[in-house]
Amino acid sequence: MTKDMQDESEIFRGTTTGSTRLRDARSVRGTPKAGMPAFVLGEELADLADSDPRIVVATADLASANRTNDFRDRHPERFVNFSIAEKNMITAAAGMASTGLVPYVATFASFAAILGAEAIRTDCAYPRMKVRVLGSHSGMSMGFYGSSHHALEDLGMLRCMADLTVVCATDANHLRAILRASVDHPKAMYIRLGRGRDPEVYPSVPQITFGKAARLREGTDLTIITCGSQVRASLDAAEVLAGEGISVRVVDMFTISKMDRDEIKAAAAETGAILTIEEHNITGGLGSAVTEVLIDLPRCRFRKHGVPDKYVEVGPPAALYAHYRLNAEGVAEIAREFHSS
Amino acid sequence: MKPERNNVSLSVLEEKAKFIRTETVRLSRIAGAGHYSSTFSCAELLAILYYDQMRLEPGQPQWPERDRFVMSKGHAAIGLYPVLADLGFFDPSELDTYTRLGSSYGDHPDMKKVKGIDFSSGSLGHGLSIGVGMALAARMTQRDYRTYVMLGDGELSEGQIWEAANSAGHFGLQNLVAVVDRNGLSIDGHTEDIMTVEPMEDRFAAFGWEVQRIDGHDLNAVREAFARLPSGRNGRPQVIIADTVKGRGVAHMEMSLDWHVGNLVGEDYDAVMAELEAGLRPYEPESMA
Repeated sequence: MTKDMQDESEIFRGTTTGSTRLRDARSVRGTPKAGMPAFVLGEELADLADSDPRIVVATADLASANRTNDFRDRHPERFVNFSIAEKNMITAAAGMASTGLVPYVATFASFAAILGAEAIRTDCAYPRMKVRVLGSHSGMSMGFYGSSHHALEDLGMLRCMADLTVVCATDANHLRAILRASVDHPKAMYIRLGRGRDPEVYPSVPQITFGKAARLREGTDLTIITCGSQVRASLDAAEVLAGEGISVRVVDMFTISKMDRDEIKAAAAETGAILTIEEHNITGGLGSAVTEVLIDLPRCRFRKHGVPDKYVEVGPPAALYAHYRLNAEGVAEIAREFHSS
Repeated sequence: MKPERNNVSLSVLEEKAKFIRTETVRLSRIAGAGHYSSTFSCAELLAILYYDQMRLEPGQPQWPERDRFVMSKGHAAIGLYPVLADLGFFDPSELDTYTRLGSSYGDHPDMKKVKGIDFSSGSLGHGLSIGVGMALAARMTQRDYRTYVMLGDGELSEGQIWEAANSAGHFGLQNLVAVVDRNGLSIDGHTEDIMTVEPMEDRFAAFGWEVQRIDGHDLNAVREAFARLPSGRNGRPQVIIADTVKGRGVAHMEMSLDWHVGNLVGEDYDAVMAELEAGLRPYEPESMA
């Protein structure tokens, strides 16, 4: 554990401080805002809403934290703050969607997905309402705010809901791509976001199709299938392992339901070994979903890595990622062990 | 634009309320089980809404300007399907498939399968939030439709109802009308024994709603209450608390805990149909007899 892993800059400190100054700033703590999902969300939705009157945005007393206030400033008549009443927000969004609007509702993933699960199932997915539930600060990215504020079960809870498309945004450009593709997507969606400062993976806005994974690095010895915050970690790990003569393929499996079976099949056939890496409880998430595909395929070496099936320790995010081996070094270790086992 | 309201005669509305009850009995027999008493309590309310008050275009179920109706107490859909068929949303013969494998018509309504259902329901406590969303959408899209939400009294114990009530008051959604079917019973007993829901007027008023309280089986009183609703999108959300009798129309079901879900067959079926055809008799609470 190094001191910088306890660095406070890695923790969510709100994105509220001096909001006027923040709105005008080009960068935050050294990172250009255009490269930070936190600052992309509200602006991208506002851009889309400029030409699409169906788009509305709501939040639950977190307009500052998730920067939906950037949308509010540009389209106040199409912004609703429901205060701390997430179920009402999600269900009301479904009511709005029934009239033809396309609502994007944003709050912390722990409240959007876990508190809001039944509203997502009953009011959004089942009646096939075009509601987009945005869960930010997913996984354990809230760090020492604790398990009440973590969402390490959201993928498992939501991926078994029919007619709900569950996707993970990897970085700022990927979030832009997801939001653009989401507008006319015919089903309800859960869009899982990280802490908003997720490092770059896609240098430009990628062409994406929901249900089609992105192969970001070729490799022959094993395939890492991952999503969200662990894509950057896995790519960095693959780079380290390449120096050791281990050739690692990296796949961004950003659509969790329904998964890209062909990509999993190709990974199994061409590399013979699959390692899943996820910032999620090891039960029920990405890795479990991959095994549901693998079970129908010829035998393939497999390991899944994520957060153990218990509530996580207190700590800043970077320290937690290191502790649970969900940073580049940790993923490299896991992959090395798997490769040599 | 269709005429605002229909002004149907009270005798016609009385027949429609009777039709809702007899169809509920008929369809329940197909299913082998049905929510009789929860539907009987809101028969007059449904009759007034659908035949007299709501702006509808049955040939065009998705007409954007139509008034919206959310059956938050989704288990009373059995009384709504026949109304929609009667109005021409779909062929009444389709109801002969009620609850059978592959039917569009289940105990709780599915908006993707039934023309005229504005939102799917069944999980209690959601409908008022749906209505808030519809009313907000009317404001955002500059439409003049009204959104009606039929609430059960038991579901007022759901916390989300009060999240929705609070937000409707805060947003000033005058185009939102909640109708509470205050039939006094939930599954396990009298609401005030199971969980207090009174004083209901005070509760809604405290959240900024304008409240009316009426006899929900008095067609004239119900109609007058709807006639008093203000037009316009902005102001105070409106609630009509309709005091009703669970099971109203069949003496042995009235305020009985045995008929929330039941199944009438044989002679019992015929006797209940005959009782309903004879029309409503004055309500005589057993405990006061």
